Amino acid sequence: MGRYALRRLFHFIPVFFFATFLVYALVFAMPGDPIRALAGEKPVNAATLEAMRERFNLNDPLLIQYVKYIKGVFTGDLGTNFAQRPVWDILSQRIPTTVRLAIVAFSYEAILGVLAGVLAGLKRKGFMDMLVAVSTVSIISIPIFVLAYLAQYALGVQLGWFAVSYNANEWTSLILPALVLGSTSLAYIARLTRTSLAETLRADYVRTATAKGLSRRRVVGIHALRNSMIPVVTFLAVDIGSLMGGAIITEGVFNVPGIGREVFAAIKSQEGTVVVGIVVFLVVIFMVSNLIVDFLYAALDPRIRYE
Amino acid sequence: MSEAELVEGAGAFPQDVAEFEAVTGPPRSLWSDAWRELRANRLFVASATFILVFFIMALFPTLFTDADPRHCLLSRSALPPDSIAWFGYDLQGCDYLARTVHGARVSILIGLSVTTFAVLIALALGSAAGFYGGLVDTLVSRATDVMFAIPTLLGGIVILSVLESRGLKEVSLVLIVVGWPTMVRLMRSSVISTREADYIDAARTLGATDWRIITRHILPNSIAPVIVYATITIGVIISAEAALSFLGIGLQRPAISWGLMINTAQTRFHTSPHLLYFPGAFLSVTVFSFILMGDALRDALDPKLK
Repeated sequence: MGRYALRRLFHFIPVFFFATFLVYALVFAMPGDPIRALAGEKPVNAATLEAMRERFNLNDPLLIQYVKYIKGVFTGDLGTNFAQRPVWDILSQRIPTTVRLAIVAFSYEAILGVLAGVLAGLKRKGFMDMLVAVSTVSIISIPIFVLAYLAQYALGVQLGWFAVSYNANEWTSLILPALVLGSTSLAYIARLTRTSLAETLRADYVRTATAKGLSRRRVVGIHALRNSMIPVVTFLAVDIGSLMGGAIITEGVFNVPGIGREVFAAIKSQEGTVVVGIVVFLVVIFMVSNLIVDFLYAALDPRIRYE
Repeated sequence: MSEAELVEGAGAFPQDVAEFEAVTGPPRSLWSDAWRELRANRLFVASATFILVFFIMALFPTLFTDADPRHCLLSRSALPPDSIAWFGYDLQGCDYLARTVHGARVSILIGLSVTTFAVLIALALGSAAGFYGGLVDTLVSRATDVMFAIPTLLGGIVILSVLESRGLKEVSLVLIVVGWPTMVRLMRSSVISTREADYIDAARTLGATDWRIITRHILPNSIAPVIVYATITIGVIISAEAALSFLGIGLQRPAISWGLMINTAQTRFHTSPHLLYFPGAFLSVTVFSFILMGDALRDALDPKLK
């Protein structure tokens, strides 16, 4: 088990460096001179510009810049933005909000998604199956920004059930953005559970369990469900990453001051270090959630062994 | 078929191919089988009809509206729908029905072109990686790993913000760049599961070249999952283009795109909801049709579900 974990970890090392370098190169290839843009219309003397460029390593070749940057990352230094504020400071202020939003969205999508999927998968072509099939495709088809405005208008403004936008003092104001953020994944989870359960129910060992005289509840709950959860668990773990990084639109619409809104603002204002810092954080989340998937596989399916 | 029926029918079981075909008709391929099933599937027929309508809308928008989408009068800014302008007017006072109908072209064009290129990349890289394994496979797989580690929307935004101009070509290119890895992975695993089949060994024993084996045997037998996924991808890409344009980082004015229209609508949504409803509905129905069609294709092509 330990050796397996180590091998997986080794596997992710090149992925980490390539992915972060790719984004680093892209961000610092952005058109325009961020230092000049910082000064706006005001005249700046050449020496100040030069000093700023030197401080942010903008005069080095790209690869050297990246190496200097990544060295900093491993010593816990993510650099500063152009206004001298440490990037880690910005991140640690934004992360808790995004994590809270992700937790609410994650728990609601996982519970409702699996429930709907099981109800649909138990009887193929039944009423629940058709209902879940049509409603999930509908949710997936409505783009998240349209859904966000519709939910904000109908549930927030018209019915007044939820707070219309985020308020740091009331955690309930996170419910509406979380409902919107988790809706697409909820639909995918329901569809996955449905197909997977329907397929598993036709497996030989399920027929054996039924033939042994086990109750339907036991056959489904113990034998079928556990095995059919494998693709669902994979999806859930990978989804943690996309909930954290995919909240750009939702956080924007509901005014949630999280990572998504921060990274979008940083891209627009060419704050390269902030963009790269957030991407590094998201890549790490992605790798950790993928490692979790690998271990969950074996926990759920006894046929899978770590070599 | 129940067991009793099987036993009863046993006496009449056809003895040779000719007799067998007399009972079942000529042999049918997976595709012709799927086609028979699809024609009977109401969801497929409905989604295909919608897609056809959107294609016609993209090709000949004037069939649906004779108003000029670029003829705008500020005096009728954001007027609600009435009997002349069924969808009302936008902020600049342009006919909203005309703009919505003309918006179909960009969506369909981007959806189709991006998916076509992604499928071509998948066919090339996926079958090379799956068929040859070894170094080619390692390189392709690691490349997809790297792409997967970067969140899709974020990656698209970063690349677009680097580009000087953001027209149809640039947005399509960016969507191809972020869209190919899933497709390649799917093709690769599909090829791997086909590669071990007996008929591949047979072809090789007969002296077939790699090229012939891949194009004549591997591709036709491993492409089904990619076709299903590609159909759904058209919908997903259309949605992604709208999202980028909505964020103000995709297509730019004066292009007519549903995403851009919703971008403008967001600030006026509470006073003029029609600005959001019409492009939002057209966008959703288009995406819905492609996903539904992909689902129907999967049900028809996947022997596991039969």
